Amino acid sequence: MSKINKILLIGNPNVGKSAVFSRLTGTRVVISNYPGTTVEFTEGYTKVNNSRPSIIDSPGTYSLKPTSKAEEVAVRMLKDGDLIINVVDATNLERNLYLTLELLEKDMPLVIALNMWDDTKHRGIEIDTRKLEKILGVPVVPTCGLTGEGIKELVSHVPKARAKKHDTLTDGERWKRIGSIIEEVQRLHHRHHTLLEKLEDLSIRPATGIPVAMVVIFCAFWVIRFVAENLIAYAADPFFEKIWAPLAMKLSAYLGPESFLHDIIIGKLTDGSVNYTASFGLFTTGFYVPFAMVLPYIISFYLVLGVLEDFGYLPRFAVLTDNFMHRIGLHGYAIIPLILGLGCNVPGALAMRILDGRREKFIAATLMAVAVPCMAQIAMIIGLVGQRGGIYVGMVFLTLFLVLIIKGLALNKFIKGKSPEILLEIPPYRIPHVSSVFKKLWMRVFSFLKEAVPYVLLGILFVNILYVLGVISFLSGIFSPIIQKVWGLPKEAIAALIVGFLRKDVAIGMLAPLNLTTKQLVVGSTVLAIYFPCIATFVVLVRELGIRDMLKSAALMIGTAIITGGLLNAVLRF
Amino acid sequence: MIISLKDMKRGEEGVVAEITGGMGAAQRIRSMGIRIGKKIKKGESHFWRGPQTIIVDNFKVALGFGMALKIMVEVERVENK
Repeated sequence: MSKINKILLIGNPNVGKSAVFSRLTGTRVVISNYPGTTVEFTEGYTKVNNSRPSIIDSPGTYSLKPTSKAEEVAVRMLKDGDLIINVVDATNLERNLYLTLELLEKDMPLVIALNMWDDTKHRGIEIDTRKLEKILGVPVVPTCGLTGEGIKELVSHVPKARAKKHDTLTDGERWKRIGSIIEEVQRLHHRHHTLLEKLEDLSIRPATGIPVAMVVIFCAFWVIRFVAENLIAYAADPFFEKIWAPLAMKLSAYLGPESFLHDIIIGKLTDGSVNYTASFGLFTTGFYVPFAMVLPYIISFYLVLGVLEDFGYLPRFAVLTDNFMHRIGLHGYAIIPLILGLGCNVPGALAMRILDGRREKFIAATLMAVAVPCMAQIAMIIGLVGQRGGIYVGMVFLTLFLVLIIKGLALNKFIKGKSPEILLEIPPYRIPHVSSVFKKLWMRVFSFLKEAVPYVLLGILFVNILYVLGVISFLSGIFSPIIQKVWGLPKEAIAALIVGFLRKDVAIGMLAPLNLTTKQLVVGSTVLAIYFPCIATFVVLVRELGIRDMLKSAALMIGTAIITGGLLNAVLRF
Repeated sequence: MIISLKDMKRGEEGVVAEITGGMGAAQRIRSMGIRIGKKIKKGESHFWRGPQTIIVDNFKVALGFGMALKIMVEVERVENK
């Protein structure tokens, strides 16, 4: 037999492919309890005897006839693989076997991982794996991806796996065969409803589900704020006041107050000391913004999101919001990319692959870019606008929410076509494993530190250089009609708009040294949230939507920003 | 009698008799294991032509109102004459 270089993990959505992948390779990937967490393939390496074949984690698919872009990715990869590990949800054997039979018809070596094996016991399911093995002619290994049970045995079957070509069947024949297989290998026992299952019913029944959703949202926000504010008050601020500030002052004295380097590294001093929100030097604001203002919110948001994801709440929320989402041209499932977008618009944009068509993707992307600020931006708005009073923060978010609704209604009306219907598997509730929640949290926080912090520093460096070169004053002259007349902001706000392409958090931060009135601050923050996505999101959206749709979407964003900012400026009186 | 999935009552069981409608949607529904001859149980109906949920074996699926209209289910009911 030829050497195995590439192993593919293939299976239905939400059967635990990523958990198995993570166990096999040690590579960290995001794992959640809802279908469609993985939308791209991830490659990792494992050890089989003396070789190190690559393993590929793919998006879930119900069959080899793909119905979304994420499923296409999975099917396309088939031809590159040398061996398939078909991950099967043992608690839903019948449905999963459809894909298994299709894969067996492909004449490739195949091993079956009968995953979520631990779940079968309390669900009263008994599967005769030896018999299943015999019928299908390929190894069947019970596994539990989350705990790692059975993974070693799975690997031990890899070198011995052979192709066992099955005849190509029609749809009907396949189901008939599955029926007879199930009859032979599976036995169901009666059991009582568990508490979790009762909770499942409560959270999806309309009469009780909507109050439950409100409680969940309220608690989520409360916990996010509570955790973040305490991290800031008891960890970040003391650190920056007691340890970082003296360092900065020493550095400042060393550099000399009037030098060019001082301007870039320390920035402007207020009354002879560092002002973290106004100084705008790399060493001062450059570190304070990402670590003291944004990071606490990133940590608390992803902690709460991770728990909700792993528990399995998000698909239920998607069903409950389906009705509302249809009015804005989407269906309930699209709420998931939008929620992910609240953390960072980049994963939000990637997750749009779970949506069906071009129209839906366009609407979802445009709405997210315009009305869903990322957590970095939200943290800065809370930090800066919040100083003037919580009501003004509320005003910014209420405006964004209204923009989301009005724009969604308009897009739904004017773009030809209809929003497709939801078809979504709803996973059972699972009590999140503490270790997997924290593993996922660390991955996301790490990727923020790795990808965001350098851009924050770059943004601050960039804007300092533009100031020195006179580019800012040149551009502020050109755009002053919109900035001053329409939005009522000082023309220096152009610097924030420019930096906003790079990082939205820095952009909001740049409003601080402008000495704005409260009204100007509200208008400025809202405009910065709406006018354009940051470069990282833009790049992903171009790839996902195509350049033409993205240009259209961008034009809509800029138009919305001009109108909304203008309206706020005209309407607000304080 | 045969009724659409939408008209089933909560908790009512039935056997799928027919799946009409476009190739794409019907194919997606079938690949999830919801096919002719399959026993299903109705879950919730959300108001304002909202999504419907059903229980198939060990899993739940939410599907749009329009799709629920296209899935015909044989249920045991005493017919009113």
